[in-house]
Amino acid sequence: MSVVDLAEKSVRELNAALHGLSGETNETLWRVENPQGKHAIAVGVDAPVAIEIAGHVGYYCGGMNQQASIVVHGNAGPGVAENMMSGSVRVTGDASQSAGATGHGGLLLIEGNASARCGISMKGIDIVVAGSIGPMSAFMAQAGNLVVLGDAAEDLGDSIYEARLFVRGTVKSLGADCIEKPLGDEDREALAKVLAKADLLDKVNPGEFRLYGSARTLYHFHVDNAGAY
Amino acid sequence: MSGARTIPRYSATFDPYAISEIQRAAATGIYDIRGGGAKRKLPHFDDLLFLGASISRYPLEGYRERCGTDVVLGARHAKKPIHLKIPVTIAGMSFGALSAQAKEALGRGATLSGTSTTTGDGGMTAEEREHSALLVYQILPSRYGMNPDDLRKADAIEVVIGQGAKPGGGGMLLGQKISPRVAAMRTLPEGIDQRSACRHPDWTGPDDLQIKIEELREITDWQKPIYVKVGASRPYYDTALAVKAGADVVVLDGMQGGTAATQEVFIENVGLPILCAIRPAVQALQDLGLHRKVQLIVSGGIRNGADVAKALALGADVVSIGTAALIALGDNDPRLEKEYTALGSTAGAYDDWHEGRDPAGITTQDTALAARLDPVAAGRRLANFLSVLTLEAQTIARACGKSHVHNLEPEDLVALTVEAAAMARVPLAGTAWIPGTSGL
Repeated sequence: MSVVDLAEKSVRELNAALHGLSGETNETLWRVENPQGKHAIAVGVDAPVAIEIAGHVGYYCGGMNQQASIVVHGNAGPGVAENMMSGSVRVTGDASQSAGATGHGGLLLIEGNASARCGISMKGIDIVVAGSIGPMSAFMAQAGNLVVLGDAAEDLGDSIYEARLFVRGTVKSLGADCIEKPLGDEDREALAKVLAKADLLDKVNPGEFRLYGSARTLYHFHVDNAGAY
Repeated sequence: MSGARTIPRYSATFDPYAISEIQRAAATGIYDIRGGGAKRKLPHFDDLLFLGASISRYPLEGYRERCGTDVVLGARHAKKPIHLKIPVTIAGMSFGALSAQAKEALGRGATLSGTSTTTGDGGMTAEEREHSALLVYQILPSRYGMNPDDLRKADAIEVVIGQGAKPGGGGMLLGQKISPRVAAMRTLPEGIDQRSACRHPDWTGPDDLQIKIEELREITDWQKPIYVKVGASRPYYDTALAVKAGADVVVLDGMQGGTAATQEVFIENVGLPILCAIRPAVQALQDLGLHRKVQLIVSGGIRNGADVAKALALGADVVSIGTAALIALGDNDPRLEKEYTALGSTAGAYDDWHEGRDPAGITTQDTALAARLDPVAAGRRLANFLSVLTLEAQTIARACGKSHVHNLEPEDLVALTVEAAAMARVPLAGTAWIPGTSGL
């Protein structure tokens, strides 16, 4: 295992080492100690490696991740796993706002709660939040699945495109053009698949979730919908 | 004489255009959307004149004595700064707004001229990367098509916070231009209206921007210059905050700058003309001790070498062109007059770029229309135009006694109007008076 202690080395040194890994590397296990809330830890990684971060991280941890499996043993600041393409990021604590923003792929698992705008503009990523999510989550969400085991705050899915939002608890309010939809077979299958990826399928009953998505009334401008824009 | 009548007189307030807009709004219930930049008359570089050298200044010999035009961008932090041969670059315009052929032509023209071109809201296409020797990759609030592979392929990164045609506004791409390829790149269904946010999704305010820039530098191993682009509205403070956040280059876009599709009311009524935005931005850089160290790119209605030279004299390092580049490619060509007429417009005024029916094949995703544009010939036209801009700017600089276009300075300029003198902070012609200064 490669160990990088951020009390002794810089984030730059850590990221440079991670960026130097090829797809065939045998340095597949990394441990980052003393992250101390620093920003941009393990961003832009493009190798099939496992990275364990022992503590809280600041902004953008795991940003634009490709292939890597990153675990944050603590809380994450804003924009964790922003624009992730593949691989996974797991946060054992809570996440701040904009978790998984614009993510194109991969799995973001937050074992605690996520703050406002979780999954904003998501474009194919799967996000699982074991706790609850804050307001304006999945704003303009385009594709992918947001699975919330707890509750959702105000304006869930405002201006949503084609993402699927599964919520087990309550939803305080829905945003413009977001409606509850019946769960079809394809939706149930997608939900089960995401829960399985998060190792939660044995612990959570997919039948307890409600599905929210786009009413598609804003897909073409019409003056009678002007109040929703 | 009985029956004598005066000729019909239009109201200056309710002129024929205002009346037609009221009638159109009443019939449709939606604001007018169009492409292009502000069309109203605005204070512009035409209101400035150069003071050519005579006795008190010594001119350089035209065509014989060297006048440099090159510029290095991004040496503040980046391991690989950008080196442009000319002080003119191509502004960001998206694939989606423009056809693939048009994007290729922009790359070809820029490359022939030794300058860069820029992606747009929609991501990077393979054709664009292939044909652009220097390509700036824009990061916009929508993050359409955003991915780290393209980030690493780029020569510089431009964080777009706003553009001159619509500071504070988000993007609009109407459904008729969301072709299968555009839809796939933007992760959107085909044929729907694209709404893109006016704010970045994962940061708020200048302190967050600083952290965002740090993340981008980390992902790209501190190799690429980071630009920050703003629409001109509060140029002093926006420039200062962009620099504070770590920008290597500040891009300042005046309200004459173009757009693919935005509300007419926005285009014509929000933002500042570039003439009055340059000096405050330069002032911010000077106050921070970073003028010429953090480069300033300005844009918005640049048409000729005089505009280029005037922008540089006011303190810019580079100008960028968008609308002028499209015209050079062949947009609004009079040879297409019949087709423009059929669309209810005329060559020189066609601005319904959002409809995707551009007969020039430039602002469209219609494959048959797009195929009309020959990227090689259009790229050559753009390169010719860029050469003319550069030669004209050099000619003026030599006349002012300058061995490099960046040696032009405000002292080389006077203004024809009190307004232009105040905005550009140069004396009113024939006087030593700069309105708004100490009263000298």
